[in-house]
Amino acid sequence: MMSFSLAPSILLPGIPMPASLGMIPLFAANPFTEPVGVIHYLIVGAVLFTAGIACMTLKRNALGILMGIELVLNGANINFVAFSSSYLRAEGAPTLGLDGQVVALFVILLAAAEAAVALAITLNFYNNHATVDVDRADDLKG
Amino acid sequence: MTGLLDMDISSVTHVIVPALATSLPTLPMAGINWHSVLFLLFAGLACGFAVGVVAADNVVRMALYLVFSLGSTAGLFFLAGAEFLGAMQLMIYVGGTLVLLVFGVMLTAQAPFVSIKPSSSDRTLAAVAGASLLALLLTAAFSVDAWMAPGVGEVPAPSATPLGMALIGVRVDTPPAGSPNGGHAGYMLPFEIVSVHLLVVLVGAAYLARAKRRRTPRAIDAVASAMPVKSAVAATAAVAVPERTAVAAPGRPTGGAKSALVGGGR
Repeated sequence: MMSFSLAPSILLPGIPMPASLGMIPLFAANPFTEPVGVIHYLIVGAVLFTAGIACMTLKRNALGILMGIELVLNGANINFVAFSSSYLRAEGAPTLGLDGQVVALFVILLAAAEAAVALAITLNFYNNHATVDVDRADDLKG
Repeated sequence: MTGLLDMDISSVTHVIVPALATSLPTLPMAGINWHSVLFLLFAGLACGFAVGVVAADNVVRMALYLVFSLGSTAGLFFLAGAEFLGAMQLMIYVGGTLVLLVFGVMLTAQAPFVSIKPSSSDRTLAAVAGASLLALLLTAAFSVDAWMAPGVGEVPAPSATPLGMALIGVRVDTPPAGSPNGGHAGYMLPFEIVSVHLLVVLVGAAYLARAKRRRTPRAIDAVASAMPVKSAVAATAAVAVPERTAVAAPGRPTGGAKSALVGGGR
């Protein structure tokens, strides 16, 4: 994980580093004794989002693509919850409050609806083509 | 909730640690923040199983890893003080959406489709693109100093009642300190829109996934044509579909997927 601490200076050589010197203090501290902050949740959300994007682009099974979408939505939800929680913010820092949780709740509901419709489309495709390989779905290719 | 957990366990360790101190003098038990330990546990599970979803080729294992990953995410929600949202994550996502996905996996799990392997060049490309995206996201997250500050551990109020009131348009929670607009928005209209949306999705999913109407006749038509016409209803049924009754096949397979496999495969 320490290799990420050099990422800003490598990626953006012209831009000065922030005052906290990027990620070095986070990983130098003992993770078992330091309290959890927003940045920890943001890391988890970024990992889930990236895994979902990779899943959506890599899988050829239509259901695998659906699972990637679920992962992406969950990564976004983790960020909403992290920004809405006063437990994770510094003293007096602004939070999203209850609004973040409401938006996360709507995301969960819409993900359920999206999964139902996408699954129905997948089953319809399976009925018509006898496969769930999305590379075979080229009927509209000119 | 988390504060109580912290207090209980630390009081226990205050009893146990002096007893251990003679044998293990360097054991740093007293300073352990159990909220952080639980966070690391659930975060590791969520991230590890999310990577497992990407790495696995078998679609059944992908579904199982996704269940574990989303369940661990519910644990993260609990640790952030969003207990109602964590419960909804478990009930709707893990209990509803993923069961739906598992049903989809079962309905389409013919032997050639259980594991469709991507090519190795696609794998390499996805790994490079994913690493680049992750580096970009982490750089953006670490570039804001206010997000780097550790939390103060101020336990949030229980959120189920304020959430329910906000969904019907009445806000009873106190606005957070330093709130940018200082005001509250009710969520009555989005709640109604989502309700109608769910109804439309229910109807649409049932319409899309219904069994196909066949050109072959129904069993009742075959019975009506075989019997001598006695009633007006049977007469109209027989007149309306004369050409379909001629090709009655009593032993045709039922069920959409199986008949499509027999007749309509590419």
